[in-house]
Amino acid sequence: MTSTGLDSATRQRFQERAQAEGLVDVAFATMDSPVGTLLLAATARGLVEIAFTGNGTRVDDALDELARKVSPRILEAPARLDPVRSQLDEYFNGHRVDFDVRLDRSLMGPFARRVLGRTERIPYGSVSTYAQVARHIGAPRAARAVGNALAANPIPVIVPCHRVVRTGGALGGYGGGLDRKEWLLDLEGARGREQ
Amino acid sequence: MTGAALPPFQRLFDEHGGIVLRWLMTAVGPAEADDCFQETMLSALRAYPKLRDTSNLRGWLLTIARRKAIDAHRAGSRRPAALADSELEAAVGSGGAVSADADPAVWDAVRELPAKQRRAVVMRYAGDRSYEDIAGSMAISKDAARQNAHAGVRTLRRKLR
Repeated sequence: MTSTGLDSATRQRFQERAQAEGLVDVAFATMDSPVGTLLLAATARGLVEIAFTGNGTRVDDALDELARKVSPRILEAPARLDPVRSQLDEYFNGHRVDFDVRLDRSLMGPFARRVLGRTERIPYGSVSTYAQVARHIGAPRAARAVGNALAANPIPVIVPCHRVVRTGGALGGYGGGLDRKEWLLDLEGARGREQ
Repeated sequence: MTGAALPPFQRLFDEHGGIVLRWLMTAVGPAEADDCFQETMLSALRAYPKLRDTSNLRGWLLTIARRKAIDAHRAGSRRPAALADSELEAAVGSGGAVSADADPAVWDAVRELPAKQRRAVVMRYAGDRSYEDIAGSMAISKDAARQNAHAGVRTLRRKLR
């Protein structure tokens, strides 16, 4: 984004008034984390997206997609994401094992909601397999579709799709890249520990 | 393009906010510019999802700013022009954009210009727009746009000397 010639008081005032008048459909913030810069986006209903940036994914691309899929009334409003940011910080520092965050699941299709709903129940520090998740949601032949739904998870980390691996212990895939999946599983001490 | 996807509003704000504020500085003076700017951007954000023509988002914002400036003029009385020595060269000179924190006397003098000259000067120097673009907005020829801008700058030089 280009620099604007606007001082921070002017920006701050606009941000606050826009929120007070209910004109911000999507509030976003970025945060640094051990797995790179994260874009966090929330609607009135809750956290709608966490996007990994870097490795060719730019914040702007993620915002374009939100503009298309949710609403173009998108403003940077870090204060609104503060509770999520602090919980994520605690998680990345090893001081938190689950999240208390309201989620907006509108970027998940019906099948993905079933898959990701099941995934949310895999506890910190353990892993499940694509086949197990498929079985749990009553679609035992759909392991591949489960993988696709996990790869497109709009709220990674908090919806812990990194905890789903291949039968036999291979990591499988990850929407944010395998390095990140590995890092998260190491953080949780979960390598090789199937549920 | 008509009907193209709308970019995130934050991007409009970042890319065009500075120009909108500079334009308002000229149109209503520094004292009221920030309020007008807030009103402009809130109106824009309110209307944004229904915007169909995305080909000139800056022009769209400036149109809203212009309406807000007219409202502000109606609401309050204009300050009398206080012409003094000033840094016209620094503010308007050498083709650069007018800086928002230029001497208020410059803005007062700009407001005193005849309407066509004022519009041409503001669009050229505060808005950094091409003569072709200005000619389009004012529905005049490109030569006339250039003449109006130059005449405006000459008047400013004379007044502020």
